[in-house]
Amino acid sequence: MTEITMVEAVNLALAKAMAEDNRVLVLGEDVAADGGVFRATVGLLERFGSGRVRDTPLAETAIAGISVGLAAQDFRPVAEIQFTGFIYPAIDQLVNQASRLRNRTRGRLSCPMVLRSPCGGGIHAPEHHSESPEAMFAHIPGLRVVIPSSPRKAYGLLLAAIRDPDPVVFLEPTRLYRASKEEVGDDGVALPLDRCFIERTGTDITLIAWGAMMPETLAAAAELEEGGISAEVIDVATLSVLDDDTIIRSVTKTKRCLIVHEAARNGGFGGEIAARVAEACFFSLLAPVSRVCGYDTVMPLAKLESHYIPSVARIGKAARHLMEYA
Amino acid sequence: MLNCPRRGLVMAMPSDIEAKTRATTPVASPMPDAETEARRFIDPSGKLLQPVTKAWAPPEQLERLYHAMVLTRAFDEKAIALQHTGRLGTYPSSLGQEAVAVGIAAGMAAEDILLPAFREHGAQLWRGVAMLELLLYWGGDERGSDFKKARVDFPVSIPVAAHFPHAAGVALALRLKATRNVAVCVGGDGATSKGDFYEAINIAGAWKLPAVFVVNNNQWAISVPVHAQTAARTLAQKAVAAGIEMDRVDGNDVLAVLDAVERAAARARSGDGPTLIEAVTYRLGDHTTSDNARRYRSDEEVSRHWIEEPIARLRAHLTNTGYWTKEREEDLHSQCSAAVEEAVAAYLATAAEPPSAMFDHLFATLPAPLKRQCDLATAEATSHD
Repeated sequence: MTEITMVEAVNLALAKAMAEDNRVLVLGEDVAADGGVFRATVGLLERFGSGRVRDTPLAETAIAGISVGLAAQDFRPVAEIQFTGFIYPAIDQLVNQASRLRNRTRGRLSCPMVLRSPCGGGIHAPEHHSESPEAMFAHIPGLRVVIPSSPRKAYGLLLAAIRDPDPVVFLEPTRLYRASKEEVGDDGVALPLDRCFIERTGTDITLIAWGAMMPETLAAAAELEEGGISAEVIDVATLSVLDDDTIIRSVTKTKRCLIVHEAARNGGFGGEIAARVAEACFFSLLAPVSRVCGYDTVMPLAKLESHYIPSVARIGKAARHLMEYA
Repeated sequence: MLNCPRRGLVMAMPSDIEAKTRATTPVASPMPDAETEARRFIDPSGKLLQPVTKAWAPPEQLERLYHAMVLTRAFDEKAIALQHTGRLGTYPSSLGQEAVAVGIAAGMAAEDILLPAFREHGAQLWRGVAMLELLLYWGGDERGSDFKKARVDFPVSIPVAAHFPHAAGVALALRLKATRNVAVCVGGDGATSKGDFYEAINIAGAWKLPAVFVVNNNQWAISVPVHAQTAARTLAQKAVAAGIEMDRVDGNDVLAVLDAVERAAARARSGDGPTLIEAVTYRLGDHTTSDNARRYRSDEEVSRHWIEEPIARLRAHLTNTGYWTKEREEDLHSQCSAAVEEAVAAYLATAAEPPSAMFDHLFATLPAPLKRQCDLATAEATSHD
């Protein structure tokens, strides 16, 4: 087994899915000859040909819309939107079309498509290249929202997303694309799409995060441990449909809950998790359910983004504050 | 006042310029002028202007088209009556546009795939969608889009033009499957103002996809007339920018629509790429049962267009040739009326699905957290019974 980066794991999963099922197609801007601006689709054109790996015109609505048409015809399109900042023209297709097609035809037609898109900040990218809009997608019924946080998860979750019979938005944190390497066996084994991952067990507080915030959150947990605080860390890789059982079980045990996400706090997905924890764990909680998030500002350009993205220090401070309640 | 300067700026606009920014062109007549010719086979008086293709020339074939249009109108009248008496939801009438819908469907092969907007009841009926299903859908029951026939046709698209990219995707799928079938997509004149429309016809052109895009130009997008929608002389000419074939036909002539779709489909089948067809017709009714067109257009304008409506002209043609008689006309009307009444009876006798049906087709398999909500919805409904 070789150690690979997350973007290489995405590539490996795409190739695996294409090899095992000839209904799987890859389409998007610059995905074929160029291999994708992040190299996620490199080599696929050479291996699977121009029938299955297609450069589209520069048209995000059409990329999503064509995928709906292909999926309704029993193909398995995996479309790339180059950056989440450019995904908004595709949202109509997700809200009104992809997520509803099965329901509105009582299962006669369905929409097994994946819309992949790099998300989040921290790579000093230009304007509109660093957003974290996962909560918008999680609000859409009938749509799955998945965010991997490691090479292994990217491989297993992307395979699961492609094999899933329903539409999936698959957000890939750009900051993690090449941040670390991990051994990934190309064994075709998918990870579940309806389960949170417990990344670290603990007894005093539950830290909940996903995607690009996982490294910071795990680092904060390690620091807290040095200070005598035992933190459990949960990776909510599958935001929708949310596995609240795992979260509720953990918070019932630790009695404290801190949610970390890079997106702005207002209307962020942390609010949904906090509400569910509050409803289910009211009698267990020793401290208010809290959040460390991006500020309710426009995602800043490169020079200020490190101040926007929650840091290990901010997470640790918030966790220690919750420990002071009881 | 803060906004004084802005207001001053607006008021400073010379009146002649301001007048030019207002859309003042009269509504285009569906009668074509020389520059924007629309092909036709039968004129409003029923006169045949050019020979009909062999397949459709026999009077029995013309009768099929006539029958379908009369049935569509009978359904339409009943649907409006049902809505007015609170037994159907908001409904978009296809009055006066029966030739567009029927012509499109008749020009397609059974294995082709239809992606309708929401006014093509006649096309759906021709392709085997049951009248009961149409009533269920417009009555608020999702089962109305679970067509027992026409299994792979798309359901209606309420968001305008959002289904045009689907047609490109379906067309690509049909090509990848190495079939010779085509995707046929229908939208209104308003749809041609949307980005979805441009993106779809552009990509279909770039990939030479087997798709036929039909614009049902009924002159009105709710209250906005087509001349306020675009400065383009015709809607067909929008094909030029996409580099695809175009055609412009009299949409009140079912034979012209049918011929255009057959030709376009044949080109698509033989790998020659997509076509944009503009079928010029007129919306004789309100936009939907929630609309009152008298607020924005005159009765006089509507009356003028009744002269060109599609059913009367085909009837005139069939009568002129001696094939059609008063008795046949009466028979057909009672036949259509019986079919409509039968569907309405079945519709009114259909009970709503249980609340759990909201969850039945959200995902292929209902995830556990949603199963709990489903049980809750069922329990809530039971407790209120």
